[in-house]
Amino acid sequence: MQALYAQLLVGLINGSFYALLSLGLAVIFGMLNIINFAHGAVYMMGAFVAYFLLNNAYLSIGYWPALIIAPIVVGIFGMILERTMLQWLAGLDHLYGLLLTFGLALIIQGVFQNYFGSSGLPYAIPDYPTIGGFHGLQGGMNLGFMFLPIYRGWVVIFSLVVCIGTWYLIERTRLGAYLRAATENPTLVRAFGINVPRMITLTYGLGVGLAALAGVLSAPINQVRPLMGENLIIVVFAVVVIGGMGSIMGSIVTGFALGVIEGLTKYFYPEASNTVVFVFMVLVLLVKPTGLTGRAA
Amino acid sequence: MKNSISTLLLGTALTLASAGFAFAQDKTVKIGALSDQSGLYADLGGPGSTLAAQMAAEDSGLAAKGWKIDIISGDHQNKPDIGTAIARQWFDVDKVDVIVDVPNSGVALAVNNVVKEKNGVYINSGAATSDLSNAQCTPNTVHWTYDTYMLAHTTGQALVKAGGDSWFFLTADYAFGAALERDTTAVINANGGKVVGGVKHPLNTSDFSSFLLQAQSSKAKIIGLANAGGDTTNSIKQAAEFGIVKGGQKLAALLLFLTDIKAIGLETAQGLNFTETFYWDLNDQTRAFSKKFAARMKNGAPPTMVQAGVYSGLIHYFKALDALGGNPHDGVKVVEKMKSMPTDDPLFGKGEIQPNGRTIHSAYLFEVKKPSESKGPWDFYKLVGTVPGDQAFTPLSESKCALLKK
Repeated sequence: MQALYAQLLVGLINGSFYALLSLGLAVIFGMLNIINFAHGAVYMMGAFVAYFLLNNAYLSIGYWPALIIAPIVVGIFGMILERTMLQWLAGLDHLYGLLLTFGLALIIQGVFQNYFGSSGLPYAIPDYPTIGGFHGLQGGMNLGFMFLPIYRGWVVIFSLVVCIGTWYLIERTRLGAYLRAATENPTLVRAFGINVPRMITLTYGLGVGLAALAGVLSAPINQVRPLMGENLIIVVFAVVVIGGMGSIMGSIVTGFALGVIEGLTKYFYPEASNTVVFVFMVLVLLVKPTGLTGRAA
Repeated sequence: MKNSISTLLLGTALTLASAGFAFAQDKTVKIGALSDQSGLYADLGGPGSTLAAQMAAEDSGLAAKGWKIDIISGDHQNKPDIGTAIARQWFDVDKVDVIVDVPNSGVALAVNNVVKEKNGVYINSGAATSDLSNAQCTPNTVHWTYDTYMLAHTTGQALVKAGGDSWFFLTADYAFGAALERDTTAVINANGGKVVGGVKHPLNTSDFSSFLLQAQSSKAKIIGLANAGGDTTNSIKQAAEFGIVKGGQKLAALLLFLTDIKAIGLETAQGLNFTETFYWDLNDQTRAFSKKFAARMKNGAPPTMVQAGVYSGLIHYFKALDALGGNPHDGVKVVEKMKSMPTDDPLFGKGEIQPNGRTIHSAYLFEVKKPSESKGPWDFYKLVGTVPGDQAFTPLSESKCALLKK
């Protein structure tokens, strides 16, 4: 029974990565109507930017500032992509966006792999600031049923805050209302004097920045590898589809839920842990083709 | 009548002579370096293996004797179907004579069948499964660098003898993981230990926390990592995070490469015990070769054991071709010649190829240095012990290879 609790908690931790990544995807799909296949690549870029910041002889910028700087850097990269390429696809079929971003992902991953090889680079868990007996986020706590690394606990809490913040921004603020209106009827919103293309660009930057943030969060847990986003992206797409394409809350909840389901599978039947998400997706789509919280188009 | 018979005989004799003449004249070789060029094993084999093949061709001295050596490379992407498709095309269309490297046991065993069918030569350096020179041995295959039997009987045995008598396995769910777990389990049982549990994880997994928790709750003294490359580095990194080693359990990285240590960083990897058959800093000869090699690698990395094995295997292959005086384009014949000659090269030292295709050379037990002990970017290993080849690899009396039953 104790082991089961531990697996649930671990599932929740993985779920927080799924939630952060699928949130960005859902935002981009909801606002730009683009199926962003480059999401795994920008997630990887986030981790690499954190690595460069730390290991550059002149910068030596550690984990905490990287949490802010890396998403901004990658977000700007995303906005450049949107301005130069993606904006020309507005109004076209989803397929064009999917193919373009898929190609971009392959190029970005290829370039990184060419320079850094495949086996990855080390990124340590931050050991500052030292408060009491704790060195940054190193070490862990014995919860009775499991040993919880402090870093993993931090990842869950931090992701939850970011997810809820993003949801609030889009669903509950004036800016979010403009955004949602702009996707419904861009012409009308433009008539009110709002710069719709700029809003779209910023939204893409936000979605990409969220992926990069997930990348920074994962750097101390996983190796910083050029292909780290490659397998993850497929799972994250399943999360978005199950949650309902474009639904913000749906993707957050589904992200956490699928992490837990996957964690339990790893416990009961580990061989199926890579496929359980897709089995679940098939079941959901058979019953409700628009996804759990999606509305019919 | 008599006349026509003698004409026929004369004709046959002439044909044979001219065939012999053509064979003696044929001094062309084509080498196919088949590796994982882009996935999780690309750094330990990949482009470095192709470079090793090129260096072997240059160092063989055959060019000066009028030989023409071509090298092509391919990416099997860790998929057996892609690997066999490339191998078939190489033999049928590109007329390749020898396939080298082929990490990933699943791909390696599939390619093994193609090479036998096409009567080519197969010098495998990258794959671990001991089946290549055991149940699935062929007269065309030489297994050069290491295998699961050797890993189990060096690292595994040393750990059991040091008191690690209960084991839990984290096993990559394909041919390699299964072979390594099987061979190590045999060693554990033979030495009075026992396996208390295990979990099979999919290849190329990024999150090991669930598996590590199971290993932790099993209370086993040793957690055996029967995986490789990125899977091993992630397991080790995350095991440190969950306080597994601090909690008193020991990690046994049964297969660990130079590039893996680089990826984990000494801070996390220090103290790990493992076995390799080659390390760049072993002696003057290995250092000299590694320096030349690193200068030509894009990231300046010295060779891994797999890349060194590609070089040495080919050097021996070229010696055999030289001794034959020309390329017969007959895999069985060349491999027989290779087996008949003792191996001796700067990287692996003196050894031999057994009748089942297994190359025998020394294996070395290493320990990963502490960060304070390391003097350079690739200075990672401390030599703990040397196991002579005849003790490290499968004894012929235990081999199930069909070639031995004559």
